Amino acid sequence: MPITLERIPGHEERVILSMGPQHPSTHGVLRLVLELEGETVVRALYDIGYLHTGFEKSFESKTYHQGITLTDRMDYLAPLSNNLGFCLATEKLLGLEIPPRAQWIRVLLTELTRIQSHLVWLGTHAIDLGAMSVFLYCFREREEILHIFEAVSGQRMMTSYFRIGGLALEPPLGWLKGVQKFAKSFPARIEEYETLLTRNPIWLSRTQGVGYISAEDAIAYGLSGPSLRGSGVDWDIRKKEPYSSYEKFDFKVSTRTEGDVYGRYLARVEEMRQSLRIVNQAMEGLPEGPVKANAPHIVMPERESMKTSIEALIYHFKIVTEGFHPPVGEVYQAIESPRGELGFYMVSDGSPKPFRCHVRAPSFANLQALPRLIEGRLIADVVACIGTIDIVLGEVDR
Amino acid sequence: MAADLQTFPALVKLREFDAEAVEDARTFRGEVTVYIRPAQFIRTCEFLRDESDLKFSFLADVTALDLYPQEPRFEVVYHLLSLQNAQRLRLKVRVGGDDPHAVSAFSVWPSANAFEREVFDLFGIRFDGHPFLRRMLLPDEWEGYPLRKDYPTEGYR
Repeated sequence: MPITLERIPGHEERVILSMGPQHPSTHGVLRLVLELEGETVVRALYDIGYLHTGFEKSFESKTYHQGITLTDRMDYLAPLSNNLGFCLATEKLLGLEIPPRAQWIRVLLTELTRIQSHLVWLGTHAIDLGAMSVFLYCFREREEILHIFEAVSGQRMMTSYFRIGGLALEPPLGWLKGVQKFAKSFPARIEEYETLLTRNPIWLSRTQGVGYISAEDAIAYGLSGPSLRGSGVDWDIRKKEPYSSYEKFDFKVSTRTEGDVYGRYLARVEEMRQSLRIVNQAMEGLPEGPVKANAPHIVMPERESMKTSIEALIYHFKIVTEGFHPPVGEVYQAIESPRGELGFYMVSDGSPKPFRCHVRAPSFANLQALPRLIEGRLIADVVACIGTIDIVLGEVDR
Repeated sequence: MAADLQTFPALVKLREFDAEAVEDARTFRGEVTVYIRPAQFIRTCEFLRDESDLKFSFLADVTALDLYPQEPRFEVVYHLLSLQNAQRLRLKVRVGGDDPHAVSAFSVWPSANAFEREVFDLFGIRFDGHPFLRRMLLPDEWEGYPLRKDYPTEGYR
């Protein structure tokens, strides 16, 4: 039996409504069970698992290198952030140092990922609340970023571009031209979205005061990322626990005190601007050098070198057929994904496959606050609240 | 930087508060893991959350490990975060394999709700005091607990 709400005696007139999993505004296969009194939501439950794929079990039967491909498919709107989390966790386990150039390219691309993910969020959020044109604009810009990903990794979405020890390969010549073009045009584009929404009376009445959550509650419910910062908590893992040389970049953490849908909207829009600043800094100061760590027993050798060097050929054979043996131990590596704290808990028993790889998915945690946001509100606010916590069901269900 | 178990503030405070509660402590790659005895689990958690120098107010994650065929078979893993000190701490509780039960941290951190439900769903560990313990990712009638080590990757056919 799917999850449902039991009727409370004395309230037989209330309607129990099942919303989803195929409802267009639930952003994937989310199902909600709502108890309605007139148009007011009295109680709410969420039901997930429609996209459960058992990634965590699959990790245990794949080598570390193979595991990267699974991470793309969890949060499919931010594949590079997931690649980064997985690689950083494995590298922490190994104690592996990554060359600066690879770190900077990682930062550049994950910030583009953040912008691209926020664009999808903004577009779909706006269309849910009746603003069609924003959706079209956002997807136009998102396409430019996906072209950059395609140029770099060969794939628009399932990139698997970050590898353990660095990057899959040096980006192609002239790839920065595409990034420069985007970075030049994008500030005006953000202005465009803001012109359409920020002071739009319909937008304001649909978002202001809707889905309020206080800072204490946000922490208690495990909210992270822009959903936490929208309630006035100044917490960004990029600043507080810097990884992949984020400490070398100058950016502002966008925090809002409103705590409602509007506050989280402003927090994310500002975050896009800050991400663009990081992208510009990363382009200007991009160091020269290798993009892979010097650890031949872990990092795949260059294709060219395998034709001339017997060692490279042996290492390649060993890595592909067997994998590498990390030390016995456990690590937890958290990164700031577009949705919040994305953590990889990696346990090694010394074999070439992870003993356990658990993903702390930000969408999964953020979803917990949803019933809290919508109870006592109108049913029309439900879609606003789903949009505002920015969930990706691939990541919720894993 | 390696965290030193003798001087790690959270562990020192915890030992002062209740030396009995700490079963074992380990460090690896600068991360500290503390094994807590199940009987003292809740009051230890409340202490870690409320102590003004620590303030582990954010429960980042709950998961479990299956050490089959070892006994006690399971370890429930809690990842705590102190927003005030930007510090992390990992708590572990050992749980036996025969009718596994653990104490729910829901009363301390409400966010444990979904995390513990997931652990119950995939490992079959029951959390006493959990408000809504039922299958979450899998259907109710699913047989077995997929993340256990004796559950085949391809499933039962």
